Amino acid sequence: MADSDTRPLLAAADLRRTVEQRVLFDSLAFTLDAGERVAVTGPSGSGKTLLMRTLAGLEPLEAGAVRFLGRPLLSWRMPEYRSRVMLLPQRPSLPEGSVEQALRAPFAFHVHRGRRYRREHALSFLEGVGRGRSYLERPTETLSGGEAQLAALLRALLLEPQVLLLDEPTASLDAAATQAVEALVSAWLQEHPERAYLWTSHDEEQVRRVATRRVQVGGD
Amino acid sequence: MPAAYLTIGPVQLVLAALLLAVNLGLSAWLRLGLQRSLLVAATRMVVQLLLVGLVLQFVFALNRPLPLLGIALVMAGLAGVAAVNRTRRRFPGIFWDSLVTVVTSAFLVTGASLVGILRVRPWFEAQYAIPLLGMVLGNTLNGMSLALDRFMEGAAGARASIESDLGLGASRWEAGHALVRDSLRTGMIPTINAMMVMGVVSLPGMMTGQILAGAAPTDAVRYQIVIMFMIASATALGALGVSLLAFRTLFDRRDRLRSERLRRVGSGNER
Repeated sequence: MADSDTRPLLAAADLRRTVEQRVLFDSLAFTLDAGERVAVTGPSGSGKTLLMRTLAGLEPLEAGAVRFLGRPLLSWRMPEYRSRVMLLPQRPSLPEGSVEQALRAPFAFHVHRGRRYRREHALSFLEGVGRGRSYLERPTETLSGGEAQLAALLRALLLEPQVLLLDEPTASLDAAATQAVEALVSAWLQEHPERAYLWTSHDEEQVRRVATRRVQVGGD
Repeated sequence: MPAAYLTIGPVQLVLAALLLAVNLGLSAWLRLGLQRSLLVAATRMVVQLLLVGLVLQFVFALNRPLPLLGIALVMAGLAGVAAVNRTRRRFPGIFWDSLVTVVTSAFLVTGASLVGILRVRPWFEAQYAIPLLGMVLGNTLNGMSLALDRFMEGAAGARASIESDLGLGASRWEAGHALVRDSLRTGMIPTINAMMVMGVVSLPGMMTGQILAGAAPTDAVRYQIVIMFMIASATALGALGVSLLAFRTLFDRRDRLRSERLRRVGSGNER
């Protein structure tokens, strides 16, 4: 990855998406460089979520191309790609059991075989947002929306992705939880210079806080 | 060989049909409005069975493999369609998947049992092949239907958690194999239940039929044991096969869940 500062981590060109003959976005193009914090903005229903899902490879590409580290999406094995370009959905789903079991579960996937779940790692992230060991033992069913979002974010961060696709990660959260999420993401980004994120948000204040640049979807 | 049972003549059929007066009377008295349906259903049943009797008699008389295979394919085809008809959702190609599975699993198990276990000679002896295949098909279709329904409901209901796993780097099999497992389990439950209570709570139809036809009860139960094992294995193969084929359609090679391929159907709630 020696030359990664000379080319973007993620590049999208000519993306188009229609839903029932309605064009959500067309000729959408942008790049995401290492170290960048980019907001994806647009009115609700403009297709921000579909764009994020497309970038995560969960939606078929209707037109255009996505490249990661210079290689087209189609040449990546999807688990490998998604272990590096990771989506945090707006309403994440956690399995039954404790928070720690939820954090540990994806380490069983083949693509993560070289990684090992380390509790200290999780605890150090949690410490940054004022939560301790007891949070790890809570059953996921009892978590509030904000606490669940935090667990899902933590689960993604422990897998050390290179790019995070954050889809309205704080949409239903109170101020304290929002702050915790923003702090966690910020800490993760600063840990390594080869990281970057896309963050969709409705909140202008938040866009100013978390991003240095924006990509506009629809509504222009 | 003299008939070991009483044959039923036209007069006796008419007498039996008179029993339907109980239903018609109740329906009229309590204004259930079922008279028409009862008559249609009863007529259909009589006509269908009499026709099938004629067709089978014809195939039995021919005693040749090709007509037997033809009949077997028609039976399997109807079973394949019926298995899908009872599900609440559909995806493109579901009828083919069902057909391929039911033909493979039922023919494989019935064929192997005819040749390897019962050692029927020739194997296409319709007296054995047709009733055994019919029973295997009837049960396999139930198991497949339950498995398919479970798989599709599971894929629709657990979409968030499946896509969450995929998004974290799971392969399609890692994200979806729990659905296959659950469907297989659901498809096998009726057979296990049936074996549990067989002979104690329920007297199976085939066994009863053989006894009526003059077979010794100790012989009839042996047939029943063989057929139950055939049903159990064919049902498991059918449930597994159809779940795997559904998995292949709903999870594509790019490790995506293709929820848009699932369509709800309105008329599937008739059970």
